[in-house]
Amino acid sequence: MVNTLDQIFVLLQHWIVGLLPAVLQPFAGVLLNVVAIIATFPALFAIAVLLERKGLGRMQNRIGPNRVGPFGILQPVADGIKSLTKEDVVPFRADAVVHFMAPVVLVVIVFMGFAVLPMGRNMTLVHMDGALLFYFAMGTCTELAVFMAGWASRNKYSLLGAMRAVAQMISYEVPLLLSSVTVVMISGSLSLDRIVEAQNQYTWGLPHWYIFTPWGLLAFLMFAIAATAETNRSPFDLPEGESELVAGYFTEYSGFKFAEFFLGEYVGMLSISGLGATLFLGGWSAPLAVLNFVPSWIWFFSKVMLSIGVMIWLRGTLPRLRQDQLMNFAWKFVLPMTLLNLGVAALWRFMDGGWLRWVVCSAIVLGTYVLVGRSEMRRRHYGPRSYRYAE
Amino acid sequence: MTIVFWILAALTVAGGLAAVTLRNTVHCALAVTAAFGGLALLFLQLDAQFAGFAQILVYIGAVAILVVFAILLTRGSETAEHAVFSHTWLTGLCIASAVFGVLGWAVLRSVNAIPQEATAPVVAVREIGNALMSRYVLPLEIVALLLTAAMVGAVIVAMHEKGDAK
Repeated sequence: MVNTLDQIFVLLQHWIVGLLPAVLQPFAGVLLNVVAIIATFPALFAIAVLLERKGLGRMQNRIGPNRVGPFGILQPVADGIKSLTKEDVVPFRADAVVHFMAPVVLVVIVFMGFAVLPMGRNMTLVHMDGALLFYFAMGTCTELAVFMAGWASRNKYSLLGAMRAVAQMISYEVPLLLSSVTVVMISGSLSLDRIVEAQNQYTWGLPHWYIFTPWGLLAFLMFAIAATAETNRSPFDLPEGESELVAGYFTEYSGFKFAEFFLGEYVGMLSISGLGATLFLGGWSAPLAVLNFVPSWIWFFSKVMLSIGVMIWLRGTLPRLRQDQLMNFAWKFVLPMTLLNLGVAALWRFMDGGWLRWVVCSAIVLGTYVLVGRSEMRRRHYGPRSYRYAE
Repeated sequence: MTIVFWILAALTVAGGLAAVTLRNTVHCALAVTAAFGGLALLFLQLDAQFAGFAQILVYIGAVAILVVFAILLTRGSETAEHAVFSHTWLTGLCIASAVFGVLGWAVLRSVNAIPQEATAPVVAVREIGNALMSRYVLPLEIVALLLTAAMVGAVIVAMHEKGDAK
């Protein structure tokens, strides 16, 4: 029974494919998986949007949407109908082809990342040897879609927003990659299935998740910071800061194309949360050995939604950074910490198991954090802003 | 020669041709990105996962973005008024076809020079990593040093002299 529930989607897929003639079976299997992914994540997107609007409302001491359905839970449906029926306005001077292609490219690329994420036991669409590399290769392509949107609109706010977004994404991609490399160093594989398998072990009923090691905790924190910046979420939402740039690179998009950017942003959040859960939080494995009877896919999706909740919480809590603070934070704090973490992970890999490596690695991580924090605090001064490269 | 190969080849060649014939520089940059993507897919079609993904990561993720930034920062994004063919296109065509001819000849000759293996070797990412870290570690280090030097040089060029008038 437990096993059936765990594998219910796999069994369902096999059953449906079995109904078809043998010639169509391989094709139908892949198509079915793709349709499942394309149906599941927009549904989660709707839930995430509702959670965000209600949650943010609660944090800002207001009610939030409450008109459509009981407690406003049908608000995403209303939003969807609205964006489908609105007029699609394309600026007269805009570059029509590139303007049209940008949201399509963005959504397609964002969905590609799900191909390699293990969403449950035996629930990976493509078993790839270099899955992590594939994920990051797809992640870098979103920058181009953002640039296309900003440039093709022929609007200075769009272009400025796109330039900010691309600069920010390039800067935070480096720590994102470097913090993931530590996981590859320890597990010895780029395959996300292998990485989850390596974490799916228990000592005294406690899991071997990478977040519960000194290097893993630091890498996870740096990964979370970089992922928030990569998805243009607050406090790193300068590219679409509405007080400065209207809406950033998608200012000139309306109707369904705007909805596509919105979808791309939220599905990107879901996707990067899924990657973070896979790399550091054990993917689909249960947090305690006794909880293994709960189906694996429930664990994966609850971890993803938990990360989304934290992102919404951060958005309701932190003020927006300034552009120079953003860059300084990336290059002077996050990047050095991830580089140090590479060394710590190597030390962890080559020291014998036992309490000594815990002490040494924790001491290095904590000591550096305290030292860097202290020195940054001492150097902090509130003078007039200096513009070095933008006189 | 499967149908997939022909589709990818058409995509790559069309991207490359569009990159040299379009008038708007940003369109050219986007077209060359499509050509990069086609090349990456060709690598993947040959079961060279690592090469394919590295191609996407480096060329589409970094080089294309760099090209686009360079175009925008140098104000080259205006559409050219006149045709983009230069006067020396015939010479260029000759040189390009000569280079293509030499490369094609070399590739076709190498089929006989290298002993044929019965089955295609399975190259996993692990083997590539082992090779890079053991046999080819010196070239890897040299490339790393070169790139670091180039980056430091770029920063120094971009930096103001101390006490430089604004």
